[in-house]
Amino acid sequence: MFLSMNWISDFVDLTGLDKVDLIHRFSLSTAEVENEIFFKGSDLSGIVVAEIKSVENHPKSEKLHLLKVDIGESDLVDVVCGAPNVRVGMKTAFAKVGAKIGDIEISPRPLAGYMSNGMCCSEKEIGISDDNSGIMDITDDVKNGTDLKEIYRIDDIIFEVDNKSLTNRPDLWGHYGIAREFAALAGRELKPLDAVDLSQYDNLPKVDMKIEDPLCQRYSCLQVENIHTTVSPVNMRIRLYYCGMRAINFLADLTNYLMLEMGQPMHAFDSRKVEKIRIKRFPKPFTFTTLDGVDRNIDENTLMICNGDTPVAIAGIMGGLDSEIVEDTTTLTLESATFDAASVRKSTVRLSHRTDASMRYEKCLDPEMTVPAIGRFVKLMQDTDKDARVVSALTDEYARRYDTVTLDFDKAFIDKYTGIDIDCDTIENTLNSLGFTVGKSGDKFSVTVPSWRATKDVTIKADIVEEITRIYGYDNFDVHTACAPLYPVRADVEKTVEDRIKDILVKRFSLHELHSYVWQYYDEYKALGIEIEDNIKLINATNPNIETIRRSIVPTQLCQVRTNTSYAPDFGVFEIGRTVNGTNGDKLCDEHKKLCITLFSKTKSLEKLYFELCTMLCVCADDIKHQKLDFKPLEASHSYEHPRNLNSISCNGMDLGEIGIVHPSVSKKIDKKAAIVFAEIDVQAFAKIEDAGIHYNEPSRFPEIEVDLSFVSETFAPIGKAIADTNCPLIQKVEVVDTYRDGDMKSITTRLTFSHPEKTLTREEVMAVADEIIASLAKENIPLKQ
Amino acid sequence: MKEKLEAIRKKAEAELAAFTDPNQLENFRIAVLGKKGELTSILKMMGSLSAEERPVMGQMANEVRVFIEEKIQEKAQELKELEMKREINSVPLFDITVPADLSRGSYHPITLVQRQCETIFKSMGFTVEDYSEVVTDYECFESLNIPKDHPARDMQDTYYLENGQLLKSQTSAAQNAIYKKYKDALINDGVPIKAIFPGRCFRNEATDACHENTFFQMEGVMVDKNISISNLIYFMKTMLSEVFQKDIKVRLRPGFFPFVEPGFELDISCLICGGEGCPSCKHSGWLELCPCGMIHPEVLKAGGIDPEEYTGFAFGLGLTRLAMMKYGVKDIRDLNSGSLKSLSQFTDDE
Repeated sequence: MFLSMNWISDFVDLTGLDKVDLIHRFSLSTAEVENEIFFKGSDLSGIVVAEIKSVENHPKSEKLHLLKVDIGESDLVDVVCGAPNVRVGMKTAFAKVGAKIGDIEISPRPLAGYMSNGMCCSEKEIGISDDNSGIMDITDDVKNGTDLKEIYRIDDIIFEVDNKSLTNRPDLWGHYGIAREFAALAGRELKPLDAVDLSQYDNLPKVDMKIEDPLCQRYSCLQVENIHTTVSPVNMRIRLYYCGMRAINFLADLTNYLMLEMGQPMHAFDSRKVEKIRIKRFPKPFTFTTLDGVDRNIDENTLMICNGDTPVAIAGIMGGLDSEIVEDTTTLTLESATFDAASVRKSTVRLSHRTDASMRYEKCLDPEMTVPAIGRFVKLMQDTDKDARVVSALTDEYARRYDTVTLDFDKAFIDKYTGIDIDCDTIENTLNSLGFTVGKSGDKFSVTVPSWRATKDVTIKADIVEEITRIYGYDNFDVHTACAPLYPVRADVEKTVEDRIKDILVKRFSLHELHSYVWQYYDEYKALGIEIEDNIKLINATNPNIETIRRSIVPTQLCQVRTNTSYAPDFGVFEIGRTVNGTNGDKLCDEHKKLCITLFSKTKSLEKLYFELCTMLCVCADDIKHQKLDFKPLEASHSYEHPRNLNSISCNGMDLGEIGIVHPSVSKKIDKKAAIVFAEIDVQAFAKIEDAGIHYNEPSRFPEIEVDLSFVSETFAPIGKAIADTNCPLIQKVEVVDTYRDGDMKSITTRLTFSHPEKTLTREEVMAVADEIIASLAKENIPLKQ
Repeated sequence: MKEKLEAIRKKAEAELAAFTDPNQLENFRIAVLGKKGELTSILKMMGSLSAEERPVMGQMANEVRVFIEEKIQEKAQELKELEMKREINSVPLFDITVPADLSRGSYHPITLVQRQCETIFKSMGFTVEDYSEVVTDYECFESLNIPKDHPARDMQDTYYLENGQLLKSQTSAAQNAIYKKYKDALINDGVPIKAIFPGRCFRNEATDACHENTFFQMEGVMVDKNISISNLIYFMKTMLSEVFQKDIKVRLRPGFFPFVEPGFELDISCLICGGEGCPSCKHSGWLELCPCGMIHPEVLKAGGIDPEEYTGFAFGLGLTRLAMMKYGVKDIRDLNSGSLKSLSQFTDDE
């Protein structure tokens, strides 16, 4: 929203103050002002009123005219002009020789063979409107040669406030409310609005009007007639233009002017079309044509202004085409109302049609404003058009009053909130200057919130703190730390585990951490031939491609691996991210935090890569929990899993996840030859596992004995079990030192390292244990290799 | 005999000079000084000499022996040094100017920035909390004093799920749970609540270089008796100075957020120009950085904390924005792209 310093100065005398500095303080105390401040008229000088005394056609040009103009000097001035609207007797804006318009300095110059000693200007050329159709037509009775700036308020400082920073301030959507803030900041008085006393019309007939819906809080209206002025006064048009609105005609301009001045949207109906004003909703949807000529779908939730049963306007948003003021309108009905803010906002969203009016209504406007706005309207109307007459009594239905808010607090409360000492007088003066009614007794306050702040903005004591501190100025705060008792801070286990996993994977295994999205990207999954798995869906995703939430990070990561195949021949990536496993008993999402790792290699065998991944997981488990992982074969159940070598991972009886190879159909789409393996574990489950800690074993001072045993077996598992079953405390280490395959026969050589803490072991003692292992494996048909 | 000894000496001297191998030296020693060696065999002939000649020849023979022994030793030393030199020279000169292979793992830039912030807050006694990504309407809105009609609840801003839950649109969604988790310690034992909660947030909007539907924020709260606006400014200034590792100026402007009152927009002095004004701060000297404020009494109440007795402040820091500012990432989409060309550059930054 653009604001005019002249307009603000109508209501508060800022003489002698640095306006730019005030605007800066406003930005820090009230609402954010955009960086650029516009100094209107500052690049304009030497523009005077000129009267056209004679007009001759240019002998060689159809467009150009040769004028003699009177600029209040002894001689008439010769000037060449190309405007179509020149006529004798017309007064216009004239740039004298030596005048400045922007970067241009006017000097005498020949134009198509004739000297032109100046320039007749359009309103656009002097920057007071966008009208460039002809030179300015000055209808006011002004002396020739008068500097334009003496009669029109061309010089102004315009600044823009970010609308977003006004969402909670219905009072700041017009200049008068803004002026109140400047008055408080400058410590000057706010002048009352000059308005007509409407009670003088009480004897006139009332307008037939009735609120039939609770969504209309207040409806005030008045009928006027005999308005003949069509073009608004120049100063009014300049202000509208500077504040970003186009002048249309006097009536339309006046309602806009009122809105920009007081923040109260107004609408004028042709009285012939609205004889019986009814405010209501319709039970069935229908189409309604607004005054911009657009057909809009109205549903049963949209509040309408009607003439009896005929809708004539969408309440708070826009009037209808049929009831608009037209050429032959003689009597008009002026609407000044308050509608339910939420309802206006929802209708706006439904209709996807936001207007200057609806923007204001959405903010919970002050219902006390409707009548003063009409009084002000009549005053401004009559200032311009003496013949305009009020022909009805003020008709006002105040269906729902705002709740009066009174807040009691003491200085100690303010001190506690601010942490500094703001004295009682400052508190009182600040609140008074903002329009609050302050009752004070000692350091106790009882404050009544003015109507323009009470609709939703200021409702609790903390709001009062804001009023006091923002005017006090946050830059003036004495800043200090909090005094609070000290207690140890314990790190969250899950968070720590997560950090340590990341460190191990990055620092030890050179993996790269990635981030991704929580949904299944249909397109990308399809490109890899990965099935979209059914899961809970987003109901309002703008992109239907992402509507289903993922159950696993693996497919997401495979899609990411696919885009990185040219990055390096070997790489590994991981993410700790979220997945959802449908919903649980309470219908709430069963969310999991998972670690997913994918390794990609063009140089290593699938088996080597698989065991590298296995090692990473085992190192994490050993480093963080000092535990071992257990792997068990698992049946593939997802399209990206290779049916072979898929294993579940568990630790200390807790299921953690799985490790596997990517299905060749998917793998080949990523890279024809590369080996790709993945693992996914539940980080929350892993975090819950008990940390077994480090158990220190005093190293034996006696020599160790190593025994190698080669068994014919497909897997190590039974061998490991047989060794563990011996429960022999002398076994210090178990390693697989060799595997050998000859046709169908596979043998595994296991090296056992024995030692005793207090003596040198004999071969016999050690072989007894070995024999026990051999015997128990023999029972399972696992013989020693011959 | 004298001539023979002299000949041996001369020959030995000449032969030794030509040796290049320690083995030759040993063979030579045996050939000359060994039991059957040249010199030894001459000494054996001493018996045939006259009594006068014997001591003279004996002395001479001894001198020759000592001479040869010394020469052998000298030669041995020389060969040893030669050998060492050879070994040293066998190592080629490496080209240290070839750039080192720096390939190693990498953290996501959000992780790096998040850890830096966590470290700062931990040092000031804050706990670091984690929270789910799917939350309820109560957590994300109702408990935060965001009424039913508030625009933030509009369908177009928030991702809603079939079961009525939603993907959290702000880390503030964790506030209520954190108050409830720590309120007993606050009320019964006087332990202030000091917590930060970084996390992933979601907004239902189209993505471009500046907009993402998935991004990270970090929320922070502090609640105790007598927490004030003055404290808030202090913490924000201190924390941000630590984050950017320079003395940062901060300023507050009024800002409206339903869950704080008073609410502020916090600006920091421009990191590039330090407040003088430059293109990156649009010549204002300030950068809008994060919303903050005093926790709204209704929000404390919803968390089971009496707002008459306790006050607190809250702030929300855009971790994604912070990471982009810190590392000069221009396109926000790079962060979730999974592109290793971008992301592998973030090796570590403690």
